[in-house]
Amino acid sequence: MEIPYTVKPRPDTGLINSKIGIWLFLASEVMLFGALFSSYIILRIGSESWPEGSSYLSVPIGTFNTLVLISSSITMVMAWASLKLKNFKKFQIYMGLTILLGLVFLGVKSFEYYGKFSHHHYPKESVFFAIYFTMTGLHALHVICGMVVNAYFWGPGSKMWQTNPEQFTNRVETSGLFWHFVDLVWIFLFPVLYLL
Amino acid sequence: MSEIEHSEEHIKKHVRVYISVFVALMALTVVTVAASYLQLNTFGTIALALFIASIKASLVICYFMHLISEKKLVLIVLLFTTIFFLGLIFLSLLAYFDPVVYKNVA
Repeated sequence: MEIPYTVKPRPDTGLINSKIGIWLFLASEVMLFGALFSSYIILRIGSESWPEGSSYLSVPIGTFNTLVLISSSITMVMAWASLKLKNFKKFQIYMGLTILLGLVFLGVKSFEYYGKFSHHHYPKESVFFAIYFTMTGLHALHVICGMVVNAYFWGPGSKMWQTNPEQFTNRVETSGLFWHFVDLVWIFLFPVLYLL
Repeated sequence: MSEIEHSEEHIKKHVRVYISVFVALMALTVVTVAASYLQLNTFGTIALALFIASIKASLVICYFMHLISEKKLVLIVLLFTTIFFLGLIFLSLLAYFDPVVYKNVA
């Protein structure tokens, strides 16, 4: 069955279906992460003491990962813009870079996790580590999901460019919206966990 | 979006904006880290960090996610999301500061 309104906007909403779909999904994601941020605040103000993030976490590594994720956001939007400019080769390069930067982020994150585990810092150790692992773990899961979708559009899914380039461009825009959201969450997670 | 809106020239203009936003995001990341070394009180440190993060978030939403030129329906969805999000954060805080509940818990 053909999905309706993937290229032409639906008259009543003025949007293509995938666009309104992803925004509704992101709205639910805001609530998911919002619940965790809310828990963080409650747990923190309810604690007798709270460690300074930087005493356990490496600020330079966190900063580096922030810069990596921001870079992957620009390559993602450039991938979409390349399709808009009908330059498929450039799309492949930018999308490839986006996936690669996602991998770098996850690599650095695993290195950080490994460091914590080898110093016996587990979620059970303290409220700080419990919330640190929950929030960064859920975020990393989102990075993985975004990368899987992007890898599909970079690889086998890109065949659609030959048959329906407009729909393909819209697909990339939709996965881009998700990817930018993942970046957005990290923009708040980084100062909250590492700097405050 | 209309054809004219997404003409080649238009996209190229967008790309220039994306690059400026990218530079601003990079710079603000450095500013956040630098600001954390300032000897402010707890409230000042938190307020400043969240203020900078909010600017960065707005840049990503407005330009990378194209909210600045998005249709009204998306904005309405996000308006409700914002209201519920604030409720989620502040209602739980309200419960914390409720003297009756607090006394019972303690």
